[in-house]
Amino acid sequence: MRAFELTKTRVRYRGSDILALCDVSVGVDEGEIVLLLGSNNAGKSTFCRLLNGLVPHSIPAQVDGAVEVLGRDVSKTSVARLATLVGMVFQEPESQLFCMSVEEEVAFGPENIAIPRAEIISRVEWALGVVGLSGYNARPPSNLSGGEKQRLAIAAALSMRPRLLVLDEPAYALDPAGRTDLYALLRTLRERYGMTIIIAERDAEELTELCDRVILLRSGRVVADGAPSEVLSRIDEMVVAGVSPPQIAHLSALLADRFPGKTRPFFTMGGAEKEIADLVRTSGGDAP
Amino acid sequence: MNAVVTAQRLPVISLQDVSFSYEGGIEALKRVSLRVAKGEKVAVVGGNGSGKTTLAKHLNGLLKPSSGKVLIGGQDSSRTSVATLARTVGYVFQNPDYQLFCTSVEEEVRFGPHSMGLGRDDESALVERSMKLMGIGHLREQSPISLSLGDRRKVAIASVLATSPEVFVLDEPTTGLDTVESAQLMATLDVLRSEGMTVVLITHEMRLVAQHMDRVIAMSEGSVAFDTEVEEAFSDSDRLRRCKLLAPPITVLAQRLRAQGALSKGAATPLQLVEQVVRVRGERR
Repeated sequence: MRAFELTKTRVRYRGSDILALCDVSVGVDEGEIVLLLGSNNAGKSTFCRLLNGLVPHSIPAQVDGAVEVLGRDVSKTSVARLATLVGMVFQEPESQLFCMSVEEEVAFGPENIAIPRAEIISRVEWALGVVGLSGYNARPPSNLSGGEKQRLAIAAALSMRPRLLVLDEPAYALDPAGRTDLYALLRTLRERYGMTIIIAERDAEELTELCDRVILLRSGRVVADGAPSEVLSRIDEMVVAGVSPPQIAHLSALLADRFPGKTRPFFTMGGAEKEIADLVRTSGGDAP
Repeated sequence: MNAVVTAQRLPVISLQDVSFSYEGGIEALKRVSLRVAKGEKVAVVGGNGSGKTTLAKHLNGLLKPSSGKVLIGGQDSSRTSVATLARTVGYVFQNPDYQLFCTSVEEEVRFGPHSMGLGRDDESALVERSMKLMGIGHLREQSPISLSLGDRRKVAIASVLATSPEVFVLDEPTTGLDTVESAQLMATLDVLRSEGMTVVLITHEMRLVAQHMDRVIAMSEGSVAFDTEVEEAFSDSDRLRRCKLLAPPITVLAQRLRAQGALSKGAATPLQLVEQVVRVRGERR
């Protein structure tokens, strides 16, 4: 089944002359991990907010074209209903944490859709376990580290048992180790629960191996959509879109320019190591 | 600027056995000793909560040590006002909105030198030079709050630059910027460095550290975990992991290629690595 389908979608926020998204047509299947890549103001957050109906139900905007999430027309589905299907995690976890304890935070969503108490308790335990915060139940969220807060925000989204998880720049406040842990968690969520995961980021460097697919946005338009090894090798398009290419993919392109016909494209560290070792070994015959 | 030639290698900042506890007793710095010499480019790195920002706020006297001693330009930070220390060390906050308050960019940049009581001509020269170095001259009439985050950061840096400090401390200046904006910002830092200024950069962004910094001080649980040249800092992946850090892919690749004898030097960018390959192939021909 399709996790979501945008068809010629255009978004213009109320009071703005600019199209935040312009003729975007994207369909994502359930179980995919998709990186939504773009610079500031490329339309990443708008794309995310369409999926849980925040745009246009809470943030006034003119939306043209179709937005379907798990078979439902978003324009005719309430934010509350969508919240049971789509979990949303924002850039700064503080912006969505407001309860006095970790447990209350995670229970908040299910309580609001009148889930029976016993079921809420089991969902809270499950969600905290998945993100590695078991036993943190009584702790105040304000006392957690940046990485723990981010994991709590994810647990709060998971307790609604969403089929689609949308993360808008989740690495923003995390240190490198925190980012590595986050990506391992997302991989687990897909493998174990078949969850569809959308990650909006400005930087693809540490996501090249996690994602199945990369959608490159520029000024509200989709300029590339495909496998990471394909999209992230299109160095010029990434540069024009204001995104820096992953270092290994960039190196592959630079070597192909400098030594035409002498190297094969590579995308991983291991591939790079082998190609360059070969290139150095086979010296001689270069154009001066 | 009071750059004395003989002071070239003297430390402009020196921390001796510095500990610091916040109210409530959390010990954020534990017996930290280090020296920063004039003209150095130092990155302060570490995981969330490792003590980076607490350390940075000791470098300009915003925080005073609970025990130990901080010397800034030879002055004991515990006995000197922040205003006086600010002539030696300029501090750029992580959030530029903490320091921007004037109605125009030019006024913002003028505020610092004006309060130093310089003559009108000297003041204007500093303002113009700072705006030019940061590339914000065309924004002079605009209100700082109307600008993009990247431009607000540049205004914040220019307003500190206009007070001509010897040392620049920047707390995560690229957070929230996209890659084009952060490349621009780092290019302007390279300009400051070429002007002889000392730069201390607090950051999570290891590619920028590898590319622009000379020395790395890694903090972990309030202590200095290691303090080395940048090349060496990224050579021990286990040590990095313990400090919640990760080396950039190109740095790791260059190290692996060196280990197997394919390259003779490290590289911090894809282009540098290509240059290495070109050179080695040339030698082996």
